[in-house]
Amino acid sequence: MTTKLFGEPVRRREDARLIIGQGRYLDDIGADAHAAAFLRSPYAHARVVDIDVTGALDVEGLLAIYTYADLTGPLAEPLPVLIPHPQLTHPRTGYPLAKDVVQHVGEAVVMVVATDRYVAEDAAALIEVTYEELPVVVGVDAARAALHAVHEDVPDNVAARHHQETGDVAVALAASAHTLSFTQYVERSAAMPMEGKGVHARWDADDKALRVYTSTQASTSVRAAIAAKLQLSLEKVEVIAPDVGGGFGVKIVHPWPEELLVPMAAIALGHEVKWTEDRREHFISSAHERQQRQEITVGYDDGGRVTALDVHIWHDNGAYTPYGIIIPIVTATQLVGPYAVPVYRVQVDSVFTNTVIVTPYRGAGRPQGCFAMERTMDRIAQERGIDRAEVRSRNLIQVDQFPYDQHLTFQDGRPVIYDSGDYVGLMDKLKALIDWDSVVERRADAEARGRLLGIGMAMYVEGTGPGPYEGGHVQVLGSGKVLVSTGLTSQGQGHETVFAQLVASELGVPMEDVEVTTGDTRRFGYAVGTFASRAAVMSGNAVALAARGVREKALRIAADVLEAEPADLVIEDGLVQVKGVPGTSIPLRTVAVLSNPLRYAFDEAAKQATQFAGPGDNSKPPVAVGDAPGLEHTDYYSPIRSTFASGAHAVVVEIDPATWEIDVVQYAVVHDCGNVVNPMIVEGQVHGGVAQGVGGALYERMAYDADGQLQNASFMDFLMPYASEVPPVVIDHQETASPLNPLGLKGAGEAGVIPGSAAIASAIEDAVGRRIAAMPISPTELYDLVRSSAADRVTNTDPTLPTLNTGAMA
Amino acid sequence: MTVDLERTISVTVNGVPREATVPVRRLLSDALRHELGLTGTHVGCEHGVCGSCTVLVEGVPVRSCLMLAVQVDGQSVTTVEGLSRSNHQGGQVLHPVQESFRECHALQCGFCTPGLLTTIAAGLDARRAAGRDTVEITAEEVDELVGGNLCRCTGYANIKKACRHAAETMRAETMRAAAAR
Amino acid sequence: MKPAPFGYADPTTVEEALDVLSSEGEGAKVLAGGQSLLPLLSMRLAAPTTLVDINRLPGLDFIEAGRDGVRVGALVRHAALLASVEAAGVQPLLTRATANVAHPAIRNRGTTVGSIVHADPSGEMTSVLALTDGSVTVATPGGPTTIGWREFFVGPLETSVHGPAVVLDAFFPALPARSGTAFAEVARRKGDYAVCGAGVVVTVDDDLRITAARAAYLSVGLVPEVHDLTEAVAGRTVDSADWAAAGALARGLVDPDGDLHASADYRRLLVATLTERTLADAGAEAVRRALEAS
Repeated sequence: MTTKLFGEPVRRREDARLIIGQGRYLDDIGADAHAAAFLRSPYAHARVVDIDVTGALDVEGLLAIYTYADLTGPLAEPLPVLIPHPQLTHPRTGYPLAKDVVQHVGEAVVMVVATDRYVAEDAAALIEVTYEELPVVVGVDAARAALHAVHEDVPDNVAARHHQETGDVAVALAASAHTLSFTQYVERSAAMPMEGKGVHARWDADDKALRVYTSTQASTSVRAAIAAKLQLSLEKVEVIAPDVGGGFGVKIVHPWPEELLVPMAAIALGHEVKWTEDRREHFISSAHERQQRQEITVGYDDGGRVTALDVHIWHDNGAYTPYGIIIPIVTATQLVGPYAVPVYRVQVDSVFTNTVIVTPYRGAGRPQGCFAMERTMDRIAQERGIDRAEVRSRNLIQVDQFPYDQHLTFQDGRPVIYDSGDYVGLMDKLKALIDWDSVVERRADAEARGRLLGIGMAMYVEGTGPGPYEGGHVQVLGSGKVLVSTGLTSQGQGHETVFAQLVASELGVPMEDVEVTTGDTRRFGYAVGTFASRAAVMSGNAVALAARGVREKALRIAADVLEAEPADLVIEDGLVQVKGVPGTSIPLRTVAVLSNPLRYAFDEAAKQATQFAGPGDNSKPPVAVGDAPGLEHTDYYSPIRSTFASGAHAVVVEIDPATWEIDVVQYAVVHDCGNVVNPMIVEGQVHGGVAQGVGGALYERMAYDADGQLQNASFMDFLMPYASEVPPVVIDHQETASPLNPLGLKGAGEAGVIPGSAAIASAIEDAVGRRIAAMPISPTELYDLVRSSAADRVTNTDPTLPTLNTGAMA
Repeated sequence: MTVDLERTISVTVNGVPREATVPVRRLLSDALRHELGLTGTHVGCEHGVCGSCTVLVEGVPVRSCLMLAVQVDGQSVTTVEGLSRSNHQGGQVLHPVQESFRECHALQCGFCTPGLLTTIAAGLDARRAAGRDTVEITAEEVDELVGGNLCRCTGYANIKKACRHAAETMRAETMRAAAAR
Repeated sequence: MKPAPFGYADPTTVEEALDVLSSEGEGAKVLAGGQSLLPLLSMRLAAPTTLVDINRLPGLDFIEAGRDGVRVGALVRHAALLASVEAAGVQPLLTRATANVAHPAIRNRGTTVGSIVHADPSGEMTSVLALTDGSVTVATPGGPTTIGWREFFVGPLETSVHGPAVVLDAFFPALPARSGTAFAEVARRKGDYAVCGAGVVVTVDDDLRITAARAAYLSVGLVPEVHDLTEAVAGRTVDSADWAAAGALARGLVDPDGDLHASADYRRLLVATLTERTLADAGAEAVRRALEAS
């Protein structure tokens, strides 16, 4: 078989176990474990006055109840601020169990451990907590108004003021031929993986060692956090991410309180303890994202070219800031997208509210940034009477301008320098794919069917693959099996397949011989995690480099045996052979055996490496100075800075003017993530991202009431799309290799979701002729909008746009 | 008439008679996973909306989180672990829809997959039982088969594709068998 | 979350069921399909002391389609009713409405009668029972009684039946001669509870002029509502009928609440739109049936 696998749509090896029900997800582990359940705050903001557990004590099967008073040492301290930043002037984090004050509905107050989950919930229901309610702050506008403070010592509710500028924006605006200013909003959604979080801990009292399974995106860092908080030596803690049922960002946050409390209980009780998050818990105690208020002023010339951009964003960070200001930074820096903006100033005020914490959800601030910039482009187009695609084209960074320095600082602390791209190419492909210029006819056709048709587009640039590093380990065994490990975790992205493809390609071995392990600290201790579309870029390059190291050593050893120069050797199908000399070869597995000089043989293969197996060179030690036994290599990839993927989406919507139901009837994607390792997997990522984008634009929102109660904390009312709500997607690819990494890769994981709201808002606006200044939008809101005389009417450049004249308007 | 807090139930699970003693409030999903060790059935919401926990009771897809374990006493249950069949040599043959999910990249994290597989397999088997498997599957049929399950990874495009692919495999099988006769 | 503790009985006769409901008192609840009850138990929003599972009661999975109407037994699953050609022949609204109930896996387990007893004003079958002027048969310790829909539905999730009782069946009168029906709803996602739904019946006379137009709505009131819209279209042919006027009339008759998914105003809009659209379809069907019959 061929070993040239890079770029092939290789079928996933993960699937073999997953399609027969043999996956191993968190709740599948620990059949005999005790179960933990949590009593969580029913109030959005309250003082915990008293906790009375007496009612629960008689529950048969109850094993332990923990409150804040039971926490000791570092566990009794606030949870870590994972990503400190000088502009995060007022970081706040909660405690594993609430200390004096609860700051959002769902905050953990008491942990109960019992023989099973049913019993644990019975006991939890009998614990009485007395609260004294405090004033509640919900929503970015209330936080901004600061009539009440979320945290007593932060009276203006501002956690951070993030600020970047590339020139004197006031001067540039004053010099602009035209300016316009507007305000818009993006609402809250959430990652909402099908599998919630979960933690299983097993304490080995004899070894004084802890093994923790957790449904995480960052096992190495969870390990470090547990060791620090439970005061264990790092080598006594193992953390494993088993099969993880989706992450999309929410599982990058750590340590979640449960990731500390479950191990704590396992140690205290001397028994396995497991907590499996249920759906309601996930809604009210995991993380959300996306709410922002965006105040935008743009300057532009007669031709619609942007001359200055001034953006002030109010970002709702929820009750605490464990993940720092990553989302504000990402929004601020990714906002400018594929455009050359001469002078740009951005300020993001990150504010506290009495709601669930806000941490990255696929896109992580980019969808909002894209919404700001792309809606700005639409406004300029409308103001100047220029086609929306044309305005974008006039502002695009051109192919000969790369590398392009945006003079901003990215989430990795490194400069935003676009490494490569072809944005003009994206636009050309997109217009062809959606048939942009035929909208007039299509609009007329839809009108004949009694429907309003609109078209919209949005473009984005996505910084992917931020450092600091990932590592890979590749080892060839005497059996010929190739073991690959990387510390970064998987949540369904097909890493086992992609990394095996890369190693098989680099090493010249059949893919079936390659076994990949991810996210297991027993196998690889150094890692950062899976987020920011970085797995393929970071661990992909790391395992490829590790494989190259193995290859080099294999050739060196084989060269000795074959009496040839390493440069004259090739590895194909697991066989090292002299180029052009058939028959002169040695299996890689034999090289692996020879790489480890042995005293003791235990099988036929090992015999070849023992001291009397053949004549040796007595002038040298069996293992050369500076060399190591074994055919293995560990390597790391640490990028100088992030690499920038890009893309463009276009949508066609049809709207029923008698019900205001919105159908996305066409969705086109042009996508550039550099070189593609497995196009089948990349397309799958795009499909999934688009579905989340459509969900975020038309269906999903976290609906808090003024008391901070989440009104739709179930799949009945939080409207994640079924198949019936996701449009068919057509995709075109463009491959602009990254010059920054050996494989030329850029990230692909998040891209699909980024432009959804921007493109769909543009299309709806085009269809109904009313300004869409907040997303998501539902039929009932669209109905309100079209009836409201105050709503901006959009003067569309298309004279065929139907005037709205329906019964609904009367 | 006694009112019980706990019961011993007999269920044929994936063709194998099983017995379990469960509190009467135990959900079928939990009993399958924790009493019987069949962890292929996944729990995604526990309010019957996501469909991850869908199993076949007497061959018919139902949400196992919306049934009590005691309710299947005396009945047969098929979970994702039971979709494959033994072949003549005693090996396991996957259901065409399982093969198709892999072939069409219809799963990513795999958490919702068991519920989709049981639902679609039952639907395609029912088509075959009704003699309709020689007719090309319609888009409406596909929508009906995949429409009640939530997936957060795939955007459903490849799930629909896999559904069509499996139907086509079964159609070809039946046509071949008919031709052979 | 997991259900709180409860006791469980699965009687095999109606008498046994009534006995155990009597002895267990107010905390006892009947379990049929469970597709609405189980989520409430799992969220601990309902905590009955005893569940009386009627799934083992014999003889309740019948669909009797007679000239007068369709009688649907308490253990008939939505899927079975949806598949019943006989039922559709007598009262087409049954299948038309049932097709909108959730998704197939829910329809395989949930029962038509159970959804009526659940008395959710956003449920399809409650509206159909109302629109067809149907009734339910209730077994009580004093013997079976028949309760008409107006008396049965008291409030959201509330019926007039108290104390030990098992609803044995629901009866949906047949579609009258020279009549047509239609059913439509708007839901946020396919299979969700309707934001608004409408079922209608239109009847014409021998001259194919409209004599009656009635509509029932989902998710617009506390209990199912039936509105007579005849005045807006009476005496007209279906081709000349001003269905929009009927929609406008309906819009003025309803008084919906707003919620997360729809404002009250939006619901009124949907009442008008769905009324107009379904009446047009039902009118066309009424004419077709009238012509077929003559």
